[in-house]
Amino acid sequence: MTPESSVEDLLRDLAPRVLGAVARRYGDFEEAEDAVQEALLAAATHWPAEGMPDNPAGWLIAIAARRMTDRLRRDDARRRREVLAASRELAQRPPSVSDRDDSLLLLFLCCHPALTPASAIPLTLRAVGGLTTAEIARAFLVPEATMAQRISRAKQRIKASGATFEMPTGDDWSERLRSVLHVLYLLFTEGYAASTGVRVARSELSAEAIRLTRMVHASLPDDPEVVGLLALMLLGEARRPARTGPDGELVPLAEQDRSRWDRALIAEGVALVSAALPKGAVGEYQLQAAIAALHDEAATAEETDWPQILALYGLLERMTGNPMVTLNRAVAKAMVEGPAAGLALLETLDERLDGHHRLDAVRAHLLEMDGDAGGALAHYRTAAARTTSVAERDYLMTRAARLTAGDR
Amino acid sequence: MKYMLLMNYSPVSGVAPITEWAPEDVRASGAHMAAIHEELHARGELVGAEGLTGPEAARIVTHDGVGAPVVTDGPFPESKEFLAGYWLVDVESEERAIEIAARTSAAPGPGGKPTAREIQVRPVMGSRDVEP
Repeated sequence: MTPESSVEDLLRDLAPRVLGAVARRYGDFEEAEDAVQEALLAAATHWPAEGMPDNPAGWLIAIAARRMTDRLRRDDARRRREVLAASRELAQRPPSVSDRDDSLLLLFLCCHPALTPASAIPLTLRAVGGLTTAEIARAFLVPEATMAQRISRAKQRIKASGATFEMPTGDDWSERLRSVLHVLYLLFTEGYAASTGVRVARSELSAEAIRLTRMVHASLPDDPEVVGLLALMLLGEARRPARTGPDGELVPLAEQDRSRWDRALIAEGVALVSAALPKGAVGEYQLQAAIAALHDEAATAEETDWPQILALYGLLERMTGNPMVTLNRAVAKAMVEGPAAGLALLETLDERLDGHHRLDAVRAHLLEMDGDAGGALAHYRTAAARTTSVAERDYLMTRAARLTAGDR
Repeated sequence: MKYMLLMNYSPVSGVAPITEWAPEDVRASGAHMAAIHEELHARGELVGAEGLTGPEAARIVTHDGVGAPVVTDGPFPESKEFLAGYWLVDVESEERAIEIAARTSAAPGPGGKPTAREIQVRPVMGSRDVEP
């Protein structure tokens, strides 16, 4: 490990703890988040050159407190006195923070339901993940100034919603936790979608989603949906080395070289989901994780337990009503009962998924299974024309090309 | 999701070319576009935007990989579609991209009347999938 990377890891680990302490003391999340970001940037420059301070968290808190004072100079005198008093207090008695709770509390705030996931994700990455605005902007391929605006707007929206730096309570708590898990799930899938050219930055997003979910799991070890989400991510991540070929092309599950799957991640994911399932209160992440586990545990594609997967998709469909789940159930149905049964189920989706490339892609696959090469070809081509993923388009066109080659 | 909003130089029926507008109409059009630009920036949606010079300053280059490249100077009266400028935006939904395009299309022309210029809205390859 290079000195730079160890400093970076330490900073990212400290980021939510320092922010928790500063935000709590000043009662101003919006300003505190900017101040901590500046302190992190200062540390990233100073520490590798000048050596690590004895108390890194205290150093960051002191710098952030000074930045808070600077930022609020323009404010009225009363406000300024309050800030100065808080800064002195912070300097004299650096708070000992309840680390886990603060990280969780920050997640509740950053993934507030008042935000859309597209704003919650970058804010979470910065405030809880300790990433810089520049790093986040690079991962999403937008200019840094654009990302900075998006993050500051997200914070204004949280402020306007009246949310405070406190743990939600009662019914609110489970709704807010759902919102946190949803944002973390989307962050993971953002990094999981193969995207040529920027694959490295993307896989870092998945790694970050797993790191943050592990953090939530450490705070809430008994929540079955947190366990389910963590297991789902690990079981998906385990297949990453086999998901793409040497030129970045997508390799479908059935054709993946399973010896390249990460056995340690699979074992951890399976253990988590097996421990959570008997506890009752089955939620959608647990079901998805159970399905992923069945795929990951099959030694070959032929040995996949499709009847069990079909049953789990049935449960998931009833629970969520999500048409994308029905789409997956159609694949499972085709594997168990034959392509005609799968195709019949697809017809129920024509209205709800009209124009969506995945419906065409699945239909093409099932038609190919059914021996209808002409129909499959047409749907592969429609799907290829509609997807916005280069890797997926290339995959669909390759499938189509195989069929035309078969004609000759 | 990222979308490219494209505006062409193609003439709009009933609207004179901008070179023939009154100065205050040109200013009003510029102010309209600047306000949209400012909003896109403030909302953290703007990835990039540029206006291009007209066909008069354009050159078209072709090369067969063997001989010397062929360079043709503009203007190109025979080609009707010519890119005038673009906005690259990263927005929450396709509806938002369409809303931006609609406001751009409604930019005022001569006498303050909206030009209703055609704006193409194109999803960018590699952007996130739209979940139904």
